[in-house]
Amino acid sequence: MSDFPSYNFAYLDEQTKRMIRRSILKAIATPGYQVPFASREMPMPYGWGTGGVQVTAAILGRDDVLKVIDQGADDTTNAVSIRKFFEKTSGVRTTTSTPEASIIQTRHRIPEAPLREGQVLVYQVPIPEPLRFLEPRETETRRMHALEDYGVMHVKLYEDISRHGHIATSYAYPVKVAGRYVMDPSPTPKFDNPKMNDCPALQLFGAGREKRIYAVPPYTSVISLDFEDHPFERTKFDNVCALCGSTNTFLDEVVMNDEGARMYVCSDTDYCEQHRGDRKETGA
Amino acid sequence: MNVPYQIGAPGFQDPVAQSQATFRHLMDAIAHPALPRAFTSRTASCGPLSANATAVLLTLVDQDTPLWLDQALASSDEVRNFVAFHCGAPLVTDPSRAAFAFFADAQAMSPLTRFALGEPDYPDRSTTIVAQVDCFSSEGPGFSGPGVSGTRRFGFIPAPADFSSQWALNSAGFPLGLDIFLIGSTELAALPRSLRLTEV
Repeated sequence: MSDFPSYNFAYLDEQTKRMIRRSILKAIATPGYQVPFASREMPMPYGWGTGGVQVTAAILGRDDVLKVIDQGADDTTNAVSIRKFFEKTSGVRTTTSTPEASIIQTRHRIPEAPLREGQVLVYQVPIPEPLRFLEPRETETRRMHALEDYGVMHVKLYEDISRHGHIATSYAYPVKVAGRYVMDPSPTPKFDNPKMNDCPALQLFGAGREKRIYAVPPYTSVISLDFEDHPFERTKFDNVCALCGSTNTFLDEVVMNDEGARMYVCSDTDYCEQHRGDRKETGA
Repeated sequence: MNVPYQIGAPGFQDPVAQSQATFRHLMDAIAHPALPRAFTSRTASCGPLSANATAVLLTLVDQDTPLWLDQALASSDEVRNFVAFHCGAPLVTDPSRAAFAFFADAQAMSPLTRFALGEPDYPDRSTTIVAQVDCFSSEGPGFSGPGVSGTRRFGFIPAPADFSSQWALNSAGFPLGLDIFLIGSTELAALPRSLRLTEV
């Protein structure tokens, strides 16, 4: 089953898994709160998803079907290497299909296809603390979360408006979870924020270097911070996907030549492929 | 200690798969609070500790988690030996120092406030209760909160007489508070601190 019999199933030892599992249960019970955990060194550098990999390794079972995406794509370096890592160390079945997967590990995107109850979405998080760039001291940000003192975050968004005329934050857009904790949704584009709200799937977040795990349970309110006169707006694209013709997906801009020609394609490769198939079948 | 050592009940036959399967049931239960889900472990029972509760013990408790036992469990040599041999968890008698508290009888849970409720800066430093129950019902009080779409009626037997008021107090302290796993013989359910009573 496994190419590396000297490693435990899914690489981590059982004691480490127990420790991570306890943190996950605490994280689900306190939606949006960052639970400290004893992050291990993984056989990949920080910034490559060590937090997400540890969370996935702790929840993964032999019957799971794993999908790994990087910026929505199944075929980029990070996604391919993490998928191979789990194929080798656990032998679980992997897929690129969103509906087929029971666990989806993601770097910076939420799949376009709607998630269903029973699925788990595992995010790789670089900086879990939404207040970190506003207040560098951990002791202070911890106290701010304890006192629900989030005024400074609204000041930041207000400064965006005063400088740019609108809220210019386009990724890692802060959200309030279950009416209590302000949370960094990881650097997903704000286009994806509405998908986190009332999502039937369980969302887990792992930050390896920063040693934090947090969670959004299914059917939980996740509200993007905004103002009455400057409500949250989802990113809109003026283009359609050049490959599948989708008008309602998150698009990547691809530079085609040195004359500046550009092409826009879906960042979610699985959705794009499915949608191309649908178009052929219906003769559209 | 010079006490003659008895190993007693066996642990998991397949620790990797069984602890993962048990954990996934616990994770699904706390992600969908107050919703009993089928769970039957293949573990042996251990004295007053049921087979399912034994599986939860083996899945969550180890040398890093101070463990508190209720009267029935603490007075069982079989349970104490089992914990010492399979988990290595330090037993504590002060409930406020416990990472986990196990109850053979869920009726004995009150008062919940004697356990660790976490600190404002670290609400995760709280006790998690694991209590054995006989059965669940959908007749009890209504609950809502993260993980519950709408409202869900939920009850368990045996419950402490004052459980509703105990729980109202617990969830009022959110994000501080206890999380409870209720373990039946064929089902389990979870009550995270984020769960609120809507009607009694």
